[in-house]
Amino acid sequence: MRSIKARASATSKWRRCDAAQVQVRIRVRSESWPVNARTDTSPPPAAAARTWRPPRLIEDSRLRWAITIGVIIYLVLAFVTVEVNWARISEGFGRAMRLFAGFLQPDFVTRWPDIATGMVESLTMTVTATVAGILLSIPVALGAARNIAPLWLYGICRSIIAASRAFQEIIVAILFVAMFGFGPFAGFLTLSFGTIGFLAKLLADDIEEIDASQVEAIRATGAGFWQLIDFAVASQVMPRLIGLSLYRVDINFRESAVVGIVGAGGIGATLNTALDRYEFDSAAAILIMIIVIVMACEYGSSIIRRRIQ
Amino acid sequence: MLRVENLAKRYRTGDAALKGVSLEIAKGEIIGLIGPSGAGKSTLIRCINRLVDPTSGRVFLGDVDLTKLEGGGLRRARRRIGMIFQEFALVERLTVMENVLSGRLGYTGFWASWFRHFPQADIDRAFRVLERVGLLDHVDKRADALSGGQRQRVGIARALVQEPDLLLVDEPTASLDPKTSRQVMRLLTELCRERELAAVVNIHDVVLAQMFLPRIVGLHAGEIVYDGPAAGLTPEVLTRIYGEEDWTKTGPAEDEADAEHQGPSERDLEVAAV
Repeated sequence: MRSIKARASATSKWRRCDAAQVQVRIRVRSESWPVNARTDTSPPPAAAARTWRPPRLIEDSRLRWAITIGVIIYLVLAFVTVEVNWARISEGFGRAMRLFAGFLQPDFVTRWPDIATGMVESLTMTVTATVAGILLSIPVALGAARNIAPLWLYGICRSIIAASRAFQEIIVAILFVAMFGFGPFAGFLTLSFGTIGFLAKLLADDIEEIDASQVEAIRATGAGFWQLIDFAVASQVMPRLIGLSLYRVDINFRESAVVGIVGAGGIGATLNTALDRYEFDSAAAILIMIIVIVMACEYGSSIIRRRIQ
Repeated sequence: MLRVENLAKRYRTGDAALKGVSLEIAKGEIIGLIGPSGAGKSTLIRCINRLVDPTSGRVFLGDVDLTKLEGGGLRRARRRIGMIFQEFALVERLTVMENVLSGRLGYTGFWASWFRHFPQADIDRAFRVLERVGLLDHVDKRADALSGGQRQRVGIARALVQEPDLLLVDEPTASLDPKTSRQVMRLLTELCRERELAAVVNIHDVVLAQMFLPRIVGLHAGEIVYDGPAAGLTPEVLTRIYGEEDWTKTGPAEDEADAEHQGPSERDLEVAAV
């Protein structure tokens, strides 16, 4: 009540000086305005002729055309130099037909023990590598987020991520096979390494984009560093972490089929053998199983992702 | 209670946000900090709980020099200072209760907080403040499911559950509608009176500040240009704080006339000068 009265008296005080101010303003304004601006209401004649085009990326039209024509000529030359051996294509066409024929009659039975072993190996590799990869990539991601980590740690963790992303899985697999010999252990290492590059980078980028005010609020309560990470950071990035991890499960399964080809175990090795022996019906059975499992992963992860939003 | 001595802050970009601010606040005293955007209001209150490190000057909370603290000492000092934010700064994906209990993190070990296993005394405290701010029905709702006014009350509850000696309040009403703003300000001032809490309230809305806050400190370009009763905010003082403007516009009858000549008068004067 008292404060309202105070305001009322203040307002009336202001009102007294208002009249003088408003007068000054109106006078000043009328002086600064050209007289015809008020009387002449028709649009200026120049308005009709005004045109507008979006600004060009390259102003000089000659340069623009030169670049366009140059690119076209290069593309034509590049396509011409691709050697196409039609004889081999027609030869391969027959094999392709047999492969498709095999698809129509997939043979799960003849090589079933091999297929089963390969599948189990691949799935084991996928699950263990995903879990290990996630566990390793969380600390790397925290270190690679500039809003949390000091510069030196940021540098180290970003380097780990860059190293992991620089090499394609196959190259890493060849390296690990050379180091640890044939078998699923090399595959496990390859996929774990790949997971770090993928998950740590995307998670770190996500951590860098979290709402800083939530972090500030938790810090202001006197929370310790790990409590801060738990309450303010983890709670913000958790849906993303779960989504990415599930996505990585099916990437890792697909990759496990690929790394098998260079000797890192799993269903890829079985598939490679089947193809080498021209057993397209068994190969088709393997491919179908891979497709089904990838689709099942995809479907399962989409359900989980929807539920955690 | 709180004593700020010659506090200065220069950001790495070279902007001097605070240029030697001195201020004293008694136990249970609540002050409004007003000033234009960029005057250093936010920097000032963040220098108090060291979310921003001041360049020079000292801040005493009781006998403790907050500017000298590091690590555990700083965290213990922060437990005594509750902070309330403009956009509420609740952890959106956590429940109301988790948000309130996060005010007790400074008193809780890591694993206990990780498993959300807070001491019964803290849970009792949390229920008491939730009851006080009227949110007992929303304990297990996620923070992002609440309305603006409810969220700000969660923010207040989080600060209160710390059982602080000082409240830092950064634009508590900037994201709220006029009615909710008044309710939140009323709640804040009542709570400070009940608990003899000292508070520094950053506020943009001069009228709201005058309604609820007896003492006003005006900040302009990093310096205190006014420190006195709310009733002393004359047009001259407001001009000193915010710069030249027609300060009569708050009057109720002049709204329509205003629409015509709105905008800074300086520009008109400049044009005339040319």
